Amino acid sequence: MALLRAIFRHPSGRIGAGIVLAYLALAALGALGLTPHDPLAQHRLDRLHPPSASYWLGTDLFGRDIASRLMQGIGQSFRVAFLSVAVAAGIGAVLGLAAAWFGRIWDGALMRAMDILLAFPAILLAMLIVAVMGPGTRTSVLAIAFVYMPIFTRVVRGPALSLKTRDFVDAARSFGSSTVYILTRHLLLNIVAPLTVQVTLALAWALLTEAGLSFLGLGTQPPAPSLGVMLSDSRNLMETAPWLMIAPGLTIMGGILGFNLLGDALRDILDPKTRGRA
Amino acid sequence: MNTLTRRLAAFPLVLLGVSSLVFMAIRLVPGDAITAMLGTEAGLLTPAQKQALAAYFGLDRPWIVQYGRWLWALLHGDLGISVTYGKPVLGVILARFPLTLELAVLSLLIALAIGVPAGVYAATRAEKGADLAVRVGAMIGQSTPSFVFGLLLIYLLSAGFGVLPAMGTFAPLWLDPLANLGQMILPALTLGAAFAASLTRIARSAMLDVLSEDYVRTARARGVPARQVIWRHALPNALIPVVTLSGIEFGYLLGGAVIVEQIYALPGLGRMVLDAILQRDYALVQGTVLFIAFNFMVVNLLVDLAYFWLDPRIRGRG
Repeated sequence: MALLRAIFRHPSGRIGAGIVLAYLALAALGALGLTPHDPLAQHRLDRLHPPSASYWLGTDLFGRDIASRLMQGIGQSFRVAFLSVAVAAGIGAVLGLAAAWFGRIWDGALMRAMDILLAFPAILLAMLIVAVMGPGTRTSVLAIAFVYMPIFTRVVRGPALSLKTRDFVDAARSFGSSTVYILTRHLLLNIVAPLTVQVTLALAWALLTEAGLSFLGLGTQPPAPSLGVMLSDSRNLMETAPWLMIAPGLTIMGGILGFNLLGDALRDILDPKTRGRA
Repeated sequence: MNTLTRRLAAFPLVLLGVSSLVFMAIRLVPGDAITAMLGTEAGLLTPAQKQALAAYFGLDRPWIVQYGRWLWALLHGDLGISVTYGKPVLGVILARFPLTLELAVLSLLIALAIGVPAGVYAATRAEKGADLAVRVGAMIGQSTPSFVFGLLLIYLLSAGFGVLPAMGTFAPLWLDPLANLGQMILPALTLGAAFAASLTRIARSAMLDVLSEDYVRTARARGVPARQVIWRHALPNALIPVVTLSGIEFGYLLGGAVIVEQIYALPGLGRMVLDAILQRDYALVQGTVLFIAFNFMVVNLLVDLAYFWLDPRIRGRG
Protein backbone atom coordinates (compact mmCIF):
# COMPACT_ATOMS: atom_id res chain seq x y z
CA MET A 1 0.00 0.00 0.00
CA ALA A 2 2.75 2.40 0.98
CA LEU A 3 4.54 1.36 -2.20
CA LEU A 4 1.45 2.05 -4.33
CA ARG A 5 1.11 5.51 -2.78
CA ALA A 6 4.79 6.18 -3.45
CA ILE A 7 4.41 5.10 -7.08
CA PHE A 8 1.49 7.47 -7.60
CA ARG A 9 3.40 10.33 -5.94
CA HIS A 10 6.36 9.79 -8.31
CA PRO A 11 5.81 11.69 -11.61
CA SER A 12 7.07 8.99 -13.98
CA GLY A 13 5.59 6.29 -11.74
CA ARG A 14 2.15 7.88 -12.11
CA ILE A 15 2.39 7.98 -15.92
CA GLY A 16 3.93 4.49 -16.14
CA ALA A 17 1.36 2.89 -13.83
CA GLY A 18 -1.43 4.70 -15.73
CA ILE A 19 -0.23 3.32 -19.07
CA VAL A 20 0.20 -0.22 -17.72
CA LEU A 21 -3.25 -0.18 -16.09
CA ALA A 22 -4.86 1.14 -19.28
CA TYR A 23 -3.19 -1.62 -21.31
CA LEU A 24 -4.30 -4.23 -18.78
CA ALA A 25 -7.88 -2.94 -19.01
CA LEU A 26 -7.81 -3.09 -22.83
CA ALA A 27 -6.35 -6.60 -22.71
CA ALA A 28 -9.03 -7.69 -20.22
CA LEU A 29 -11.81 -6.32 -22.43
CA GLY A 30 -10.20 -8.07 -25.40
CA ALA A 31 -10.02 -11.36 -23.50
CA LEU A 32 -13.71 -11.07 -22.52
CA GLY A 33 -14.62 -10.54 -26.17
CA LEU A 34 -15.76 -6.97 -25.47
CA THR A 35 -14.12 -5.56 -28.60
CA PRO A 36 -15.82 -3.16 -31.06
CA HIS A 37 -15.83 -5.95 -33.69
CA ASP A 38 -14.85 -9.63 -33.84
CA PRO A 39 -11.05 -9.48 -34.25
CA LEU A 40 -11.06 -12.39 -36.71
CA ALA A 41 -14.18 -11.39 -38.72
CA GLN A 42 -13.39 -10.31 -42.28
CA HIS A 43 -15.56 -7.41 -43.47
CA ARG A 44 -14.92 -7.93 -47.18
CA LEU A 45 -16.63 -4.73 -48.32
CA ASP A 46 -14.60 -2.60 -45.93
CA ARG A 47 -11.08 -3.73 -46.75
CA LEU A 48 -8.29 -1.20 -46.00
CA HIS A 49 -10.91 1.17 -44.57
CA PRO A 50 -9.25 4.28 -43.05
CA PRO A 51 -10.00 5.09 -39.38
CA SER A 52 -13.64 6.15 -39.02
CA ALA A 53 -16.56 6.10 -36.57
CA SER A 54 -17.33 2.44 -37.25
CA TYR A 55 -13.68 1.27 -37.44
CA TRP A 56 -11.81 3.49 -34.95
CA LEU A 57 -8.37 2.56 -36.19
CA GLY A 58 -9.31 1.34 -39.67
CA THR A 59 -9.29 -2.15 -41.15
CA ASP A 60 -6.58 -4.35 -42.65
CA LEU A 61 -6.20 -6.06 -46.02
CA PHE A 62 -8.81 -8.67 -45.05
CA GLY A 63 -11.25 -6.11 -43.66
CA ARG A 64 -10.53 -7.03 -40.04
CA ASP A 65 -10.97 -4.31 -37.41
CA ILE A 66 -7.55 -3.01 -36.29
CA ALA A 67 -8.72 -1.67 -32.89
CA SER A 68 -10.20 -5.06 -31.92
CA ARG A 69 -7.08 -6.88 -33.10
CA LEU A 70 -4.89 -4.48 -31.13
CA MET A 71 -6.86 -5.18 -27.94
CA GLN A 72 -6.32 -8.92 -28.30
CA GLY A 73 -2.75 -8.39 -29.49
CA ILE A 74 -1.97 -6.49 -26.28
CA GLY A 75 -3.37 -9.42 -24.30
CA GLN A 76 -1.19 -11.83 -26.24
CA SER A 77 1.96 -9.71 -25.75
CA PHE A 78 1.27 -9.22 -22.04
CA ARG A 79 0.63 -12.95 -21.49
CA VAL A 80 3.96 -13.84 -23.09
CA ALA A 81 5.79 -11.06 -21.24
CA PHE A 82 4.35 -11.84 -17.78
CA LEU A 83 4.78 -15.61 -18.14
CA SER A 84 8.33 -15.41 -19.46
CA VAL A 85 9.44 -12.92 -16.80
CA ALA A 86 7.79 -15.03 -14.08
CA VAL A 87 9.66 -18.13 -15.27
CA ALA A 88 12.94 -16.22 -15.64
CA ALA A 89 12.65 -14.57 -12.22
CA GLY A 90 11.56 -17.79 -10.53
CA ILE A 91 14.34 -19.99 -11.89
CA GLY A 92 16.88 -17.15 -11.73
CA ALA A 93 16.08 -16.51 -8.05
CA VAL A 94 16.41 -20.20 -7.13
CA LEU A 95 19.73 -20.52 -9.00
CA GLY A 96 21.05 -17.26 -7.56
CA LEU A 97 20.18 -18.29 -4.01
CA ALA A 98 21.67 -21.76 -4.56
CA ALA A 99 24.90 -20.32 -5.98
CA ALA A 100 25.28 -17.91 -3.06
CA TRP A 101 24.30 -20.38 -0.33
CA PHE A 102 26.20 -23.49 -1.40
CA GLY A 103 29.19 -21.52 -2.65
CA ARG A 104 32.43 -23.11 -3.83
CA ILE A 105 32.08 -25.44 -6.78
CA TRP A 106 28.29 -24.90 -7.05
CA ASP A 107 28.74 -21.18 -7.27
CA GLY A 108 31.58 -21.53 -9.76
CA ALA A 109 29.76 -23.99 -12.01
CA LEU A 110 26.43 -22.10 -11.97
CA MET A 111 27.96 -18.72 -12.61
CA ARG A 112 30.18 -20.02 -15.45
CA ALA A 113 27.07 -21.58 -17.01
CA MET A 114 25.40 -18.16 -16.79
CA ASP A 115 28.49 -16.55 -18.37
CA ILE A 116 28.08 -18.91 -21.31
CA LEU A 117 24.44 -17.86 -21.76
CA LEU A 118 25.36 -14.19 -21.43
CA ALA A 119 28.02 -14.57 -24.16
CA PHE A 120 25.19 -14.71 -26.72
CA PRO A 121 23.50 -11.56 -27.91
CA ALA A 122 19.94 -11.95 -26.56
CA ILE A 123 17.95 -12.02 -29.81
CA LEU A 124 20.39 -14.57 -31.27
CA LEU A 125 19.91 -16.95 -28.34
CA ALA A 126 16.14 -16.50 -28.57
CA MET A 127 16.26 -17.25 -32.31
CA LEU A 128 18.33 -20.38 -31.70
CA ILE A 129 15.77 -21.64 -29.16
CA VAL A 130 12.90 -20.90 -31.55
CA ALA A 131 14.77 -22.84 -34.26
CA VAL A 132 15.04 -25.86 -31.96
CA MET A 133 11.48 -25.80 -30.65
CA GLY A 134 9.57 -24.42 -33.60
CA PRO A 135 7.85 -21.01 -33.63
CA GLY A 136 4.83 -20.35 -31.42
CA THR A 137 3.65 -18.74 -28.22
CA ARG A 138 5.02 -21.36 -25.84
CA THR A 139 8.43 -21.21 -27.49
CA SER A 140 8.48 -17.42 -27.22
CA VAL A 141 7.80 -17.67 -23.49
CA LEU A 142 10.59 -20.20 -22.96
CA ALA A 143 13.05 -18.38 -25.23
CA ILE A 144 12.54 -15.03 -23.51
CA ALA A 145 12.66 -16.67 -20.06
CA PHE A 146 15.88 -18.51 -20.91
CA VAL A 147 17.58 -15.37 -22.19
CA TYR A 148 16.65 -13.29 -19.15
CA MET A 149 17.27 -15.96 -16.48
CA PRO A 150 21.05 -15.34 -16.11
CA ILE A 151 20.41 -11.69 -15.32
CA PHE A 152 18.02 -12.59 -12.48
CA THR A 153 20.54 -15.13 -11.22
CA ARG A 154 23.14 -12.37 -10.96
CA VAL A 155 20.74 -9.87 -9.43
CA VAL A 156 19.86 -12.34 -6.65
CA ARG A 157 23.31 -13.87 -6.11
CA GLY A 158 25.15 -10.63 -5.35
CA PRO A 159 23.03 -9.41 -2.40
CA ALA A 160 22.49 -13.01 -1.22
CA LEU A 161 26.26 -13.44 -0.87
CA SER A 162 26.56 -10.45 1.43
CA LEU A 163 23.37 -11.22 3.39
CA LYS A 164 24.61 -14.77 4.00
CA THR A 165 27.43 -13.53 6.24
CA ARG A 166 25.20 -11.28 8.36
CA ASP A 167 24.59 -11.99 12.03
CA PHE A 168 20.84 -12.53 11.72
CA VAL A 169 21.46 -15.44 9.37
CA ASP A 170 23.90 -17.01 11.85
CA ALA A 171 21.33 -16.45 14.59
CA ALA A 172 18.59 -18.13 12.54
CA ARG A 173 20.89 -21.05 11.90
CA SER A 174 21.72 -21.45 15.57
CA PHE A 175 17.97 -21.47 16.38
CA GLY A 176 17.75 -24.48 14.10
CA SER A 177 15.85 -22.81 11.24
CA SER A 178 15.79 -24.97 8.13
CA THR A 179 17.83 -23.97 5.09
CA VAL A 180 14.72 -23.40 2.99
CA TYR A 181 13.28 -21.13 5.71
CA ILE A 182 16.47 -19.07 5.93
CA LEU A 183 16.76 -18.82 2.14
CA THR A 184 13.18 -17.64 1.66
CA ARG A 185 12.59 -15.66 4.85
CA HIS A 186 15.96 -14.07 5.49
CA LEU A 187 17.63 -13.89 2.11
CA LEU A 188 14.91 -13.65 -0.53
CA LEU A 189 12.72 -11.23 1.43
CA ASN A 190 15.66 -8.85 1.71
CA ILE A 191 16.29 -8.98 -2.04
CA VAL A 192 12.71 -8.21 -3.02
CA ALA A 193 13.47 -4.54 -3.73
CA PRO A 194 16.15 -4.99 -6.44
CA LEU A 195 14.20 -7.97 -7.77
CA THR A 196 11.01 -5.90 -8.21
CA VAL A 197 12.88 -3.22 -10.14
CA GLN A 198 14.49 -5.85 -12.36
CA VAL A 199 11.14 -7.58 -12.96
CA THR A 200 9.51 -4.35 -14.15
CA LEU A 201 12.37 -3.50 -16.50
CA ALA A 202 12.43 -7.12 -17.71
CA LEU A 203 8.74 -6.82 -18.63
CA ALA A 204 9.58 -3.90 -20.92
CA TRP A 205 12.33 -5.94 -22.48
CA ALA A 206 10.11 -9.04 -22.82
CA LEU A 207 7.44 -7.01 -24.64
CA LEU A 208 10.13 -5.78 -27.03
CA THR A 209 11.50 -9.28 -27.67
CA GLU A 210 8.06 -10.81 -28.13
CA ALA A 211 7.17 -8.16 -30.70
CA GLY A 212 10.56 -8.63 -32.39
CA LEU A 213 10.23 -12.41 -32.63
CA SER A 214 6.68 -12.11 -33.98
CA PHE A 215 7.87 -9.44 -36.43
CA LEU A 216 10.42 -11.94 -37.79
CA GLY A 217 7.69 -14.60 -38.03
CA LEU A 218 9.18 -16.61 -35.16
CA GLY A 219 6.66 -15.76 -32.43
CA THR A 220 2.86 -15.74 -32.35
CA GLN A 221 1.50 -17.36 -35.52
CA PRO A 222 -1.35 -15.93 -37.64
CA PRO A 223 -4.31 -15.60 -37.67
CA ALA A 224 -4.01 -14.91 -33.89
CA PRO A 225 -3.76 -11.13 -33.41
CA SER A 226 -0.20 -10.13 -32.54
CA LEU A 227 1.32 -6.66 -32.48
CA GLY A 228 4.59 -7.83 -34.09
CA VAL A 229 2.85 -9.71 -36.90
CA MET A 230 0.49 -6.77 -37.58
CA LEU A 231 3.49 -4.45 -37.85
CA SER A 232 5.35 -6.82 -40.14
CA ASP A 233 2.31 -7.26 -42.40
CA SER A 234 1.89 -3.49 -42.68
CA ARG A 235 5.18 -3.00 -44.49
CA ASN A 236 3.97 -3.59 -48.04
CA LEU A 237 0.91 -1.38 -47.60
CA MET A 238 2.66 1.46 -45.80
CA GLU A 239 1.92 4.08 -48.43
CA THR A 240 -1.73 3.23 -49.12
CA ALA A 241 -2.70 2.36 -45.52
CA PRO A 242 -0.27 3.94 -43.03
CA TRP A 243 -2.67 3.28 -40.11
CA LEU A 244 -1.78 -0.41 -40.42
CA MET A 245 1.76 0.44 -39.33
CA ILE A 246 1.21 3.41 -37.02
CA ALA A 247 -1.40 1.80 -34.75
CA PRO A 248 0.52 -1.37 -33.74
CA GLY A 249 3.86 0.51 -33.76
CA LEU A 250 2.69 3.12 -31.26
CA THR A 251 0.91 0.44 -29.21
CA ILE A 252 4.12 -1.59 -28.80
CA MET A 253 6.06 1.56 -27.99
CA GLY A 254 3.51 2.70 -25.40
CA GLY A 255 3.58 -0.63 -23.56
CA ILE A 256 7.38 -0.65 -23.34
CA LEU A 257 7.36 3.00 -22.25
CA GLY A 258 4.87 2.21 -19.49
CA PHE A 259 7.03 -0.51 -17.94
CA ASN A 260 10.23 1.52 -18.37
CA LEU A 261 8.69 4.50 -16.56
CA LEU A 262 7.33 2.26 -13.81
CA GLY A 263 10.71 0.52 -13.45
CA ASP A 264 12.51 3.86 -13.15
CA ALA A 265 10.05 5.05 -10.53
CA LEU A 266 10.42 1.83 -8.54
CA ARG A 267 14.20 2.15 -8.64
CA ASP A 268 13.96 5.69 -7.31
CA ILE A 269 11.57 4.63 -4.58
CA LEU A 270 13.24 1.38 -3.52
CA ASP A 271 16.87 2.43 -3.94
CA PRO A 272 17.29 5.91 -2.45
CA LYS A 273 20.89 6.14 -3.70
CA THR A 274 19.78 6.67 -7.29
CA ARG A 275 16.93 9.07 -6.52
CA GLY A 276 16.45 11.57 -9.33
CA ARG A 277 19.41 10.26 -11.26
CA ALA A 278 18.16 7.97 -13.99
CA MET B 1 45.14 -13.68 -9.47
CA ASN B 2 43.59 -10.34 -10.32
CA THR B 3 40.29 -9.84 -12.12
CA LEU B 4 41.84 -9.42 -15.53
CA THR B 5 43.93 -12.59 -15.43
CA ARG B 6 40.88 -14.46 -14.22
CA ARG B 7 38.82 -13.11 -17.09
CA LEU B 8 41.52 -14.11 -19.58
CA ALA B 9 41.78 -17.61 -18.11
CA ALA B 10 38.00 -18.10 -18.25
CA PHE B 11 37.80 -16.89 -21.85
CA PRO B 12 38.64 -20.19 -23.64
CA LEU B 13 36.43 -22.13 -21.19
CA VAL B 14 33.40 -19.95 -21.84
CA LEU B 15 34.10 -20.17 -25.57
CA LEU B 16 34.21 -23.98 -25.32
CA GLY B 17 30.89 -23.90 -23.43
CA VAL B 18 29.35 -21.64 -26.06
CA SER B 19 30.50 -23.95 -28.85
CA SER B 20 29.08 -27.09 -27.19
CA LEU B 21 25.78 -25.33 -26.48
CA VAL B 22 25.43 -24.22 -30.09
CA PHE B 23 26.50 -27.63 -31.35
CA MET B 24 23.89 -29.42 -29.25
CA ALA B 25 21.11 -26.89 -29.87
CA ILE B 26 21.33 -27.03 -33.63
CA ARG B 27 21.22 -30.84 -33.56
CA LEU B 28 17.99 -30.78 -31.56
CA VAL B 29 16.25 -29.07 -34.48
CA PRO B 30 13.65 -31.51 -35.80
CA GLY B 31 14.15 -32.82 -39.34
CA ASP B 32 17.39 -33.85 -41.03
CA ALA B 33 19.84 -31.46 -42.62
CA ILE B 34 19.92 -33.08 -46.04
CA THR B 35 16.15 -32.77 -46.55
CA ALA B 36 16.20 -29.20 -45.27
CA MET B 37 19.10 -28.34 -47.58
CA LEU B 38 17.51 -29.67 -50.77
CA GLY B 39 13.91 -28.71 -49.99
CA THR B 40 11.37 -30.37 -52.28
CA GLU B 41 14.16 -31.83 -54.42
CA ALA B 42 15.08 -34.12 -51.54
CA GLY B 43 12.20 -36.35 -52.60
CA LEU B 44 13.98 -37.07 -55.88
CA LEU B 45 17.02 -38.59 -54.15
CA THR B 46 17.37 -42.31 -53.48
CA PRO B 47 18.17 -43.25 -49.87
CA ALA B 48 21.67 -44.23 -51.06
CA GLN B 49 22.25 -40.77 -52.51
CA LYS B 50 21.04 -39.12 -49.30
CA GLN B 51 23.40 -41.37 -47.37
CA ALA B 52 26.28 -40.39 -49.63
CA LEU B 53 25.53 -36.68 -49.10
CA ALA B 54 25.31 -37.16 -45.33
CA ALA B 55 28.64 -38.99 -45.40
CA TYR B 56 30.19 -36.19 -47.48
CA PHE B 57 29.22 -33.58 -44.89
CA GLY B 58 30.12 -35.96 -42.05
CA LEU B 59 26.51 -35.96 -40.78
CA ASP B 60 26.31 -39.77 -40.58
CA ARG B 61 28.73 -40.04 -37.65
CA PRO B 62 27.69 -40.01 -33.96
CA TRP B 63 27.33 -36.53 -32.39
CA ILE B 64 30.38 -36.87 -30.24
CA VAL B 65 32.55 -37.73 -33.25
CA GLN B 66 31.06 -34.82 -35.20
CA TYR B 67 31.76 -32.49 -32.30
CA GLY B 68 35.34 -33.75 -31.89
CA ARG B 69 36.02 -33.32 -35.60
CA TRP B 70 34.45 -29.87 -35.61
CA LEU B 71 36.52 -28.73 -32.61
CA TRP B 72 39.71 -30.15 -34.12
CA ALA B 73 39.06 -28.40 -37.43
CA LEU B 74 38.13 -25.22 -35.53
CA LEU B 75 41.55 -25.20 -33.88
CA HIS B 76 43.00 -25.21 -37.39
CA GLY B 77 40.85 -22.27 -38.44
CA ASP B 78 38.41 -24.43 -40.40
CA LEU B 79 34.71 -23.87 -39.65
CA GLY B 80 33.45 -26.43 -42.15
CA ILE B 81 31.45 -26.13 -45.38
CA SER B 82 28.10 -24.37 -45.59
CA VAL B 83 25.59 -26.64 -47.29
CA THR B 84 23.46 -23.77 -48.60
CA TYR B 85 26.35 -21.78 -50.09
CA GLY B 86 28.61 -24.74 -50.91
CA LYS B 87 31.55 -22.69 -49.65
CA PRO B 88 33.76 -22.65 -46.53
CA VAL B 89 31.83 -21.12 -43.61
CA LEU B 90 34.59 -18.71 -42.65
CA GLY B 91 34.55 -17.26 -46.18
CA VAL B 92 30.76 -16.84 -46.11
CA ILE B 93 30.95 -15.08 -42.74
CA LEU B 94 33.81 -12.80 -43.73
CA ALA B 95 31.96 -11.80 -46.91
CA ARG B 96 29.04 -10.51 -44.79
CA PHE B 97 31.01 -9.12 -41.90
CA PRO B 98 32.21 -5.81 -43.45
CA LEU B 99 28.61 -4.59 -43.78
CA THR B 100 27.78 -5.55 -40.20
CA LEU B 101 30.97 -3.90 -38.94
CA GLU B 102 30.29 -0.73 -40.93
CA LEU B 103 26.71 -0.57 -39.64
CA ALA B 104 27.91 -1.09 -36.05
CA VAL B 105 30.59 1.62 -36.32
CA LEU B 106 28.20 4.14 -37.94
CA SER B 107 25.50 3.48 -35.32
CA LEU B 108 28.03 3.84 -32.51
CA LEU B 109 29.29 7.15 -33.93
CA ILE B 110 25.74 8.52 -34.30
CA ALA B 111 24.86 7.38 -30.78
CA LEU B 112 27.99 8.93 -29.22
CA ALA B 113 27.54 12.17 -31.17
CA ILE B 114 23.99 12.56 -29.83
CA GLY B 115 24.09 10.76 -26.49
CA VAL B 116 27.17 12.19 -24.76
CA PRO B 117 26.52 15.92 -25.45
CA ALA B 118 22.82 15.49 -24.64
CA GLY B 119 23.60 13.72 -21.37
CA VAL B 120 26.22 16.28 -20.33
CA TYR B 121 23.94 19.17 -21.27
CA ALA B 122 21.05 17.71 -19.25
CA ALA B 123 23.31 17.09 -16.22
CA THR B 124 24.55 20.68 -16.16
CA ARG B 125 20.96 21.92 -16.17
CA ALA B 126 19.64 19.32 -13.75
CA GLU B 127 15.95 19.63 -12.84
CA LYS B 128 15.39 22.53 -15.26
CA GLY B 129 13.22 22.55 -18.37
CA ALA B 130 16.02 21.53 -20.73
CA ASP B 131 16.93 18.58 -18.51
CA LEU B 132 13.32 17.43 -18.42
CA ALA B 133 13.02 17.67 -22.23
CA VAL B 134 16.19 15.59 -22.71
CA ARG B 135 15.01 13.01 -20.19
CA VAL B 136 11.57 12.66 -21.78
CA GLY B 137 13.18 12.36 -25.23
CA ALA B 138 15.63 9.73 -24.00
CA MET B 139 12.89 7.75 -22.28
CA ILE B 140 10.76 7.69 -25.43
CA GLY B 141 13.80 6.84 -27.55
CA GLN B 142 14.71 3.98 -25.24
CA SER B 143 11.17 2.61 -25.40
CA THR B 144 10.91 2.67 -29.18
CA PRO B 145 11.87 -0.68 -30.75
CA SER B 146 14.21 -0.37 -33.74
CA PHE B 147 11.61 -1.91 -36.03
CA VAL B 148 8.96 0.63 -35.03
CA PHE B 149 11.36 3.56 -35.42
CA GLY B 150 12.71 2.18 -38.71
CA LEU B 151 9.26 1.79 -40.25
CA LEU B 152 8.13 5.23 -39.01
CA LEU B 153 11.29 6.74 -40.51
CA ILE B 154 10.68 5.09 -43.90
CA TYR B 155 7.03 6.19 -43.82
CA LEU B 156 7.77 9.80 -42.86
CA LEU B 157 10.43 10.11 -45.55
CA SER B 158 8.25 8.64 -48.26
CA ALA B 159 5.03 10.43 -47.25
CA GLY B 160 6.65 13.76 -46.35
CA PHE B 161 9.43 14.06 -48.92
CA GLY B 162 8.66 11.37 -51.49
CA VAL B 163 12.05 9.81 -50.70
CA LEU B 164 12.36 6.05 -50.50
CA PRO B 165 15.37 4.43 -48.88
CA ALA B 166 17.76 3.02 -51.46
CA MET B 167 17.19 -0.70 -51.25
CA GLY B 168 17.85 -3.48 -53.71
CA THR B 169 21.36 -4.29 -54.87
CA PHE B 170 23.76 -3.52 -52.10
CA ALA B 171 26.76 -1.30 -52.92
CA PRO B 172 29.85 -2.24 -50.90
CA LEU B 173 31.74 0.64 -49.29
CA TRP B 174 34.95 0.08 -51.27
CA LEU B 175 33.22 -0.04 -54.67
CA ASP B 176 30.77 2.85 -54.42
CA PRO B 177 31.18 4.81 -51.17
CA LEU B 178 28.44 7.35 -51.89
CA ALA B 179 25.77 4.83 -52.84
CA ASN B 180 26.86 2.75 -49.86
CA LEU B 181 26.41 5.63 -47.41
CA GLY B 182 23.03 6.38 -48.97
CA GLN B 183 21.97 2.83 -48.17
CA MET B 184 23.53 2.74 -44.72
CA ILE B 185 22.45 6.07 -43.29
CA LEU B 186 18.86 5.14 -42.43
CA PRO B 187 19.70 1.74 -40.88
CA ALA B 188 22.53 3.38 -38.91
CA LEU B 189 20.21 6.16 -37.75
CA THR B 190 17.58 3.60 -36.73
CA LEU B 191 20.05 1.62 -34.62
CA GLY B 192 21.90 4.71 -33.43
CA ALA B 193 18.79 6.50 -32.14
CA ALA B 194 17.78 3.87 -29.58
CA PHE B 195 21.38 3.48 -28.55
CA ALA B 196 21.77 7.28 -28.22
CA ALA B 197 18.80 7.32 -25.85
CA SER B 198 20.35 4.87 -23.40
CA LEU B 199 23.75 6.61 -23.69
CA THR B 200 22.12 9.94 -22.87
CA ARG B 201 20.62 8.50 -19.68
CA ILE B 202 23.88 6.89 -18.59
CA ALA B 203 25.97 9.97 -19.45
CA ARG B 204 23.57 12.25 -17.56
CA SER B 205 23.52 10.18 -14.40
CA ALA B 206 27.32 9.64 -14.44
CA MET B 207 27.87 13.38 -14.93
CA LEU B 208 25.54 14.19 -12.04
CA ASP B 209 27.57 11.88 -9.78
CA VAL B 210 30.87 13.46 -10.80
CA LEU B 211 29.61 17.04 -10.62
CA SER B 212 28.77 16.56 -6.94
CA GLU B 213 32.35 15.45 -6.12
CA ASP B 214 34.61 17.62 -3.99
CA TYR B 215 37.31 18.10 -6.64
CA VAL B 216 34.79 19.60 -9.03
CA ARG B 217 33.66 22.04 -6.34
CA THR B 218 37.32 22.84 -5.65
CA ALA B 219 37.99 23.51 -9.33
CA ARG B 220 34.96 25.81 -9.46
CA ALA B 221 36.05 27.60 -6.30
CA ARG B 222 39.49 28.17 -7.82
CA GLY B 223 37.71 30.01 -10.63
CA VAL B 224 38.22 27.49 -13.42
CA PRO B 225 35.78 28.39 -16.22
CA ALA B 226 32.58 26.31 -16.16
CA ARG B 227 33.16 24.91 -19.64
CA GLN B 228 36.64 23.67 -18.65
CA VAL B 229 35.34 22.15 -15.40
CA ILE B 230 32.76 20.17 -17.33
CA TRP B 231 34.82 18.96 -20.27
CA ARG B 232 38.29 18.65 -18.69
CA HIS B 233 37.64 17.78 -15.05
CA ALA B 234 34.27 16.10 -14.89
CA LEU B 235 33.66 14.35 -18.22
CA PRO B 236 36.72 12.05 -18.28
CA ASN B 237 35.65 10.64 -14.93
CA ALA B 238 32.07 10.20 -16.04
CA LEU B 239 33.15 8.19 -19.07
CA ILE B 240 33.44 4.76 -17.46
CA PRO B 241 29.74 3.84 -17.58
CA VAL B 242 29.54 5.38 -21.07
CA VAL B 243 32.41 3.16 -22.23
CA THR B 244 30.82 0.09 -20.65
CA LEU B 245 27.48 0.66 -22.31
CA SER B 246 29.07 1.53 -25.68
CA GLY B 247 31.11 -1.66 -25.49
CA ILE B 248 28.15 -3.87 -24.68
CA GLU B 249 26.02 -2.29 -27.40
CA PHE B 250 28.82 -2.46 -29.93
CA GLY B 251 29.27 -6.15 -29.12
CA TYR B 252 25.56 -6.69 -29.76
CA LEU B 253 25.71 -4.76 -33.03
CA LEU B 254 28.64 -6.86 -34.27
CA GLY B 255 26.30 -9.84 -34.00
CA GLY B 256 24.25 -8.32 -36.76
CA ALA B 257 21.06 -6.37 -36.33
CA VAL B 258 18.64 -9.05 -37.53
CA ILE B 259 15.50 -6.93 -37.57
CA VAL B 260 16.98 -3.73 -38.98
CA GLU B 261 18.81 -5.68 -41.69
CA GLN B 262 15.47 -7.30 -42.49
CA ILE B 263 13.61 -3.97 -42.74
CA TYR B 264 16.22 -2.30 -44.97
CA ALA B 265 17.04 -5.48 -46.94
CA LEU B 266 20.75 -5.38 -46.03
CA PRO B 267 22.81 -8.54 -46.57
CA GLY B 268 24.47 -8.56 -43.13
CA LEU B 269 25.40 -11.18 -40.60
CA GLY B 270 22.07 -11.05 -38.75
CA ARG B 271 19.91 -11.91 -41.73
CA MET B 272 22.34 -14.64 -42.70
CA VAL B 273 22.02 -16.30 -39.27
CA LEU B 274 18.24 -16.13 -39.48
CA ASP B 275 18.27 -17.81 -42.92
CA ALA B 276 20.86 -20.37 -41.83
CA ILE B 277 18.74 -21.31 -38.80
CA LEU B 278 15.61 -21.65 -40.92
CA GLN B 279 17.48 -23.78 -43.49
CA ARG B 280 19.26 -25.93 -40.88
CA ASP B 281 22.66 -25.14 -42.31
CA TYR B 282 24.40 -26.67 -39.27
CA ALA B 283 27.94 -25.67 -40.12
CA LEU B 284 26.97 -22.10 -40.98
CA VAL B 285 24.87 -21.59 -37.81
CA GLN B 286 27.57 -23.10 -35.61
CA GLY B 287 30.31 -21.06 -37.22
CA THR B 288 28.40 -17.78 -37.26
CA VAL B 289 27.06 -18.02 -33.72
CA LEU B 290 30.53 -18.87 -32.47
CA PHE B 291 31.97 -15.97 -34.46
CA ILE B 292 29.37 -13.59 -33.01
CA ALA B 293 29.82 -14.84 -29.44
CA PHE B 294 33.60 -14.58 -29.85
CA ASN B 295 33.35 -10.97 -31.01
CA PHE B 296 30.95 -10.18 -28.19
CA MET B 297 33.33 -11.65 -25.60
CA VAL B 298 36.38 -9.89 -27.09
CA VAL B 299 34.59 -6.54 -27.01
CA ASN B 300 33.60 -7.11 -23.37
CA LEU B 301 37.20 -7.96 -22.52
CA LEU B 302 38.37 -4.77 -24.26
CA VAL B 303 35.83 -2.83 -22.19
CA ASP B 304 37.42 -4.25 -19.04
CA LEU B 305 40.85 -3.21 -20.33
CA ALA B 306 39.49 0.27 -20.99
CA TYR B 307 38.55 0.56 -17.29
CA PHE B 308 42.17 0.07 -16.34
CA TRP B 309 43.16 2.81 -18.70
CA LEU B 310 40.38 5.20 -17.67
CA ASP B 311 40.44 4.61 -13.94
CA PRO B 312 43.86 4.05 -12.38
CA ARG B 313 42.14 3.26 -9.07
CA ILE B 314 40.86 -0.09 -10.42
CA ARG B 315 44.41 -1.23 -11.23
CA GLY B 316 45.33 -1.54 -7.58
CA ARG B 317 42.33 -3.68 -6.71
CA GLY B 318 42.49 -7.42 -7.20
